Amino acid sequence: MGFFDKFFTKEKEEDLDKGLEKTKTNIFGKISRAVAGKSTVDIEVLDELEHILISSDVGLDTTIKIIERIEERIARDKYINTKELNDILRDEIVQLLSENNTADLEQFAPVTDKNPYVILVVGVNGVGKTTTIGKLAHQFKKAGKKVVLGAGDTFRAAAVDQLGIWAERVGCDFYSKGMNTDPAAVAYETVQYAMNNDCDIAIIDTAGRLHTKLNLMKELTKIKNSIDKKMPGAPHDVMLVLDATTGQNAIEQATKFTLATEVKSLALTKLDGTAKGGVAIGISDQFKIPIKYIGVGEGIEQLQIFNKRAFVDSLFKGSDTL
Amino acid sequence: MFDSLQDRMESAFKNLKGEAKLTEINVAQSIKEIRRALVGADVNYKIAKEFTDKIKDEALGSKNVLKSVKPGELMVKIVMDEMTELMGGQATGINIKGNPGIVLVAGLQGSGKTTFSGKLALFLKEKKSKNPLLVACDVYRPAAIDQLTVLAEQVGCAVYKEPENKNPVEIAQNAIAYAKGHSHDVVIIDTAGRLAIDEKMMTEIRNIKSGIEPTETLFVVDSMTGQDAVNTALAFNDVIDYDGVVLTKLDGDTRGGAALSVKYTVGKPIKFASTGEKLNTLDVFYPERMAQRILGMGDIVSFVEKAQDQFDEEEAKRLEKKIKRNKFDYNDFLQQVNQIKKMGDLKSLMGMIPGMGKAIKDIDINDGAFSKVESIIFSMTPEERGKPDLLNMSRKRRIAKGCGHNIHEINMFVKQFEQMRKMMTQMSKGKGMERMMQQMQQRR
Ligand SMILES: Nc1nc2c(ncn2[C@@H]2O[C@H](COP(=O)(O)OP(=O)(O)OP(=O)(O)O)[C@@H](O)[C@H]2O)c(=O)[nH]1
Ligand SMILES: Nc1nc2c(ncn2[C@@H]2O[C@H](COP(=O)(O)OP(=O)(O)OP(=O)(O)O)[C@@H](O)[C@H]2O)c(=O)[nH]1
Ligand SMILES: [Mg+2]
Ligand SMILES: [Mg+2]
Repeated sequence: MGFFDKFFTKEKEEDLDKGLEKTKTNIFGKISRAVAGKSTVDIEVLDELEHILISSDVGLDTTIKIIERIEERIARDKYINTKELNDILRDEIVQLLSENNTADLEQFAPVTDKNPYVILVVGVNGVGKTTTIGKLAHQFKKAGKKVVLGAGDTFRAAAVDQLGIWAERVGCDFYSKGMNTDPAAVAYETVQYAMNNDCDIAIIDTAGRLHTKLNLMKELTKIKNSIDKKMPGAPHDVMLVLDATTGQNAIEQATKFTLATEVKSLALTKLDGTAKGGVAIGISDQFKIPIKYIGVGEGIEQLQIFNKRAFVDSLFKGSDTL
Repeated sequence: MFDSLQDRMESAFKNLKGEAKLTEINVAQSIKEIRRALVGADVNYKIAKEFTDKIKDEALGSKNVLKSVKPGELMVKIVMDEMTELMGGQATGINIKGNPGIVLVAGLQGSGKTTFSGKLALFLKEKKSKNPLLVACDVYRPAAIDQLTVLAEQVGCAVYKEPENKNPVEIAQNAIAYAKGHSHDVVIIDTAGRLAIDEKMMTEIRNIKSGIEPTETLFVVDSMTGQDAVNTALAFNDVIDYDGVVLTKLDGDTRGGAALSVKYTVGKPIKFASTGEKLNTLDVFYPERMAQRILGMGDIVSFVEKAQDQFDEEEAKRLEKKIKRNKFDYNDFLQQVNQIKKMGDLKSLMGMIPGMGKAIKDIDINDGAFSKVESIIFSMTPEERGKPDLLNMSRKRRIAKGCGHNIHEINMFVKQFEQMRKMMTQMSKGKGMERMMQQMQQRR
């Protein structure tokens, strides 16, 4: 550090210390402000909190939002220790996930008077749309529903075969017009098939597409409209599938897919890995769409109903302090 | 939604107007901004910390060298250089020497392995005059074999499969024997997606590797991956000690911080960039571009590329020439605005133009978003539109009157335009442009 001597007078060294001190604190100066003087929560705990949220892909904006909420809580309560912070924190995140007024589902199958109930499944490439459809159909069938899967991905190599194999595994109906056909027509006719064959639920697969591809997003709108044409008010659910490994880009995905199709629910896949899928918290909050299902493996049974509390707890699993 | 690093730098230095050089204090403040920018771009949290610590030392060491540059700009330059260097390293090709050369492809579920395998086969066939054999070793995913078969058909190359065999090690070994007997000089082995914590599957990939001793092992990473990229990259590296990394889905708008995380953690070179679903969208990796992208710097390369996706080729070529000769004028600008208006998705596109990000940051872009800019340009004479340098004070005053905006606004717009033009030209003169040209020719 003798190197600095050349450049700094005494006076400047003081500023230097101040400057360094700033960088020493966590990247959200906010956290420390939030609890300063109010608590026995020490800096290490706060660092840990920041670490956990950011490493779970919760993202800067949502982390700040969470912290602001905690700040408010702390302003109300006089004194807080680490244990209390712990509870408040989890509480606030669960709250954030609840503000779209949706309780966690109680069962897989939709409670509905719509017949058929039509679900359109959308998302970027490789997130797990087709697999989630297979697993979901399996659950619906177990609940005694008659299900048809519509092969609306007519683009990706062997996509139709893939969904066909899932339909076979599940033992449900399957509607396809083959590869390279118009996906809007497939969607339309799948609904028609469901109506003609007394299916309770129709699930329509779509090709993965990056949300930045304008023409493909337009195609999605067209698919949705053609479903609506066959059955006004349908699709009853537009499910955006998000991959838990995805980082902040998922927010852009949600934005663009919502614009194109009015997304109504989220499914979060690949939570059996080490990724936490924290970005979904901000998305669910910002767009007021509930997370309905989570994927926890490649097998047919490995789909679960989303549980807010369990999800939030999983973010903090493995932390000693929080 | 993302602030560009430049914006962040500007705000970090806003309160330090008088300061002409980097000091401990202003560096400390900007370091924080850089760290946030990196985390926002999905660079791993810990790596962002380490990286910025390094930047800090660098910045303080260089403070008296480049006095003429503004501290903010210098900071950005240091970050860019450091990151480019980190992402780069020696650019090695893939090793397919051997009889046959063997490429093993591995990665997480859905990362793009099978698609990449097809792309690589096409690349080797067309660019290296090879006779590749694609091998279907994903025995789990429904229709995985069919998928690879369809891709092989599209490539026009052979595929090796054993639909009844559930042992991928055996299949891979048999495929290599088959290749030897059928004059295939390179074998590309597509494997099932697997999680790094799935012991059984990780053992399997280890056995595949040791069973065939590939000349090149590649790890495929989705560029949209978040913080977890580090764990996965490390775990795969421990098990298969891969030679290089493939980044996929770069055709989206992800910042791609995972690229930095992976490179930083395992130090293996990134060898390919996959930029589309079609088979001809495989590129070599450009560290400089990736650095710009992660930092959210205006990325003229991507801008022109995107423009190319949407505009016609002629038009893009013309635009490029003009940029290169610093001849980009208000007519071009207006035309771009019109094109862009037609395309939707304005903000992300406009954000790619250097200097533009800031100008449009707070605008809620809708049809009226450009009306101000347009009205200013419409109040220029045709001559002025073609020769931006003509604009002197009295002309600007006239324009202000004509469009009903105050002179301040005119000045600001003109300044932004000039800045943008300067940066475009600068960047076009660097290596970036040549590469871009090459790449554009490769595409479509
Ligand atoms: N570990 C794990 N893998 C999953 C999960 N869900 C899907 N996958 C795997 O992810 C890969 C991609 O899944 P798909 O269902 O084909 O994804 P998709 O979104 O339909 O893909 P495209 O149609 O190509 O866009 C497959 O290998 C699946 O087995 C999950 O919850 N956990
Ligand atoms: N936009 C875009 N899509 C891509 C790219 N690479 C792959 N994809 C798409 O991503 C999805 C998954 O690709 P696959 O090649 O099936 O991925 P994989 O790693 O083999 O998947 P599993 O075998 O299930 O683990 C498909 O829809 C591909 O078309 C890319 O660079 N850009
Ligand atoms: Mg699919
Ligand atoms: Mg595959």
